[in-house]
Amino acid sequence: MSEWRNLISCIQEGRSRCRVVATRDYVLALDEFEHASSLGPDLTRLRGRSVVLSVRDMAKVAAALIDLDGCARRILLAPPGWDSRRLEAAASDAEADVLVHDVEGASTLTSVELAVACRLPLQPMSSPRIANLETEWILPTSGTTGAPKLVRHTLRTLMGAIGDAPLQQWATFYDIRRYGGLQIFLRALSGRGSLILGAEGESLSSLLARFGDAKITHISGTPTHWRKVLISGEGLRIDPEYVRLSGEIADEGVLAALHALYPRARIEHAYASTEAGVAFVVDDGKAGFPASWAERDGVVQMKIVDGTLHVRSNRSARGFLGEGALALTDDEGFVDTGDMVERRGDRYYFAGRRGGIINVGGSKVHPEEVETALNANAIVRASRVFARTSPITGALVYADVVLRDGFLPDAASEGEILGACRASLPAYMVPAGLRFVADLPMTDGGKLARHG
Amino acid sequence: MSLRATILKEIETVAANQKKTLPPLTDGLALNDSGLDSLCFAILVARLEDITGRDPLSEAQGGQFPRTIGEFVALYEEARV
Repeated sequence: MSEWRNLISCIQEGRSRCRVVATRDYVLALDEFEHASSLGPDLTRLRGRSVVLSVRDMAKVAAALIDLDGCARRILLAPPGWDSRRLEAAASDAEADVLVHDVEGASTLTSVELAVACRLPLQPMSSPRIANLETEWILPTSGTTGAPKLVRHTLRTLMGAIGDAPLQQWATFYDIRRYGGLQIFLRALSGRGSLILGAEGESLSSLLARFGDAKITHISGTPTHWRKVLISGEGLRIDPEYVRLSGEIADEGVLAALHALYPRARIEHAYASTEAGVAFVVDDGKAGFPASWAERDGVVQMKIVDGTLHVRSNRSARGFLGEGALALTDDEGFVDTGDMVERRGDRYYFAGRRGGIINVGGSKVHPEEVETALNANAIVRASRVFARTSPITGALVYADVVLRDGFLPDAASEGEILGACRASLPAYMVPAGLRFVADLPMTDGGKLARHG
Repeated sequence: MSLRATILKEIETVAANQKKTLPPLTDGLALNDSGLDSLCFAILVARLEDITGRDPLSEAQGGQFPRTIGEFVALYEEARV
């Protein structure tokens, strides 16, 4: 018996005939993985390989993860919407030799030897499954100015916060390729219940109806997902016992509104990051967390350095991958989360990101990346991106812009600049509005002043 | 321009900028069926705060979230400036 578990052994332990991972388009019966796979009849050709998993459909992502964990040496979990340039760079850092995809005729990567299609329904395997490697899971996270950081985990670090789960029927609004969604995927697979997931382009009505039909008991999403549910007026299609919020700051407004909607549910907000892992879960219905937790000893330890939360635990990643990768922890093993906290009374409250990273509905935006796009415009001399608080998405991207001589600070200029941004940036990164200014403040060191 | 007309015009502007197709904007239309996503609503609410000085969604701590276009407009009409 190996000292770690892989996904297949998790599924076997929680054995039950009717456990599924279901999306709108597919139902994966978990007991079928005993003798069938999504990656063809012969999994031995994937043994010990470093695999880039670039699959669009979430049911296929789930199937491929079950097939690859314990078999591949390394899985790089590519997020949706990555272009080939990012994929190539990450594949090179991960020394990938296999690409798993689900788009027929997709251009393969120059560095890989083998491209394997992920297909559903599962196909019978020609030989019994062997899953006995401790696979490295690589999760990309947004790095500064474009280059994603590749965070190294194993199933042990990813599942460090997951205890014994009785019968829980899980659902999540998350994509399981993101840390918050992956936690729910692993929680469901290591338990005894099923997991219901969204499909690409699916409406909230359809999703909530499917969650309701499946009689889900446990459900997770970001505060932005939950605000969307509150606005939809369709929240009562589900009757959960447990509601979890993570990925963004949970304010008292959204917590109180969810408590009013689901009076019998336990409502918790979790604090976690891809690098630091799950640090804690707050269950008293209030925003922030008790200040005493910063001093407590236990599986997870915290310290506050210059107003920023640092976390040490066995759930943290093993490090970053790639040439010239920075150290993940300080000398004492603490991960600097970059999340700033403020103490008010006997609680700490989250106060946004250090370095100005803007969290728009769970998607992190580096101001520098938006400024680069703005400054590429022929009519822009300089720009400074800043966050504006939003009751819907937590924050929005805004920008101060200095125009080049001869251009007027009018609607036409704004339309031209934002139109160019929309063509080159994902929607959440495009400034929601511009302020035309004559000059931008500088620090004494000659850098753009980010605060004030 | 009335507050209602301002709100409807802003909804159309945001939808056009974000390349979303709107159904006819009636009072009974569920916000959920409007074709606008969370990002669109966030942008709409910020623009309306700039234009009207009202920000009822931030002030409704734990209160009711509007579900239809009619409720959304009413929330702004009732909000203090």
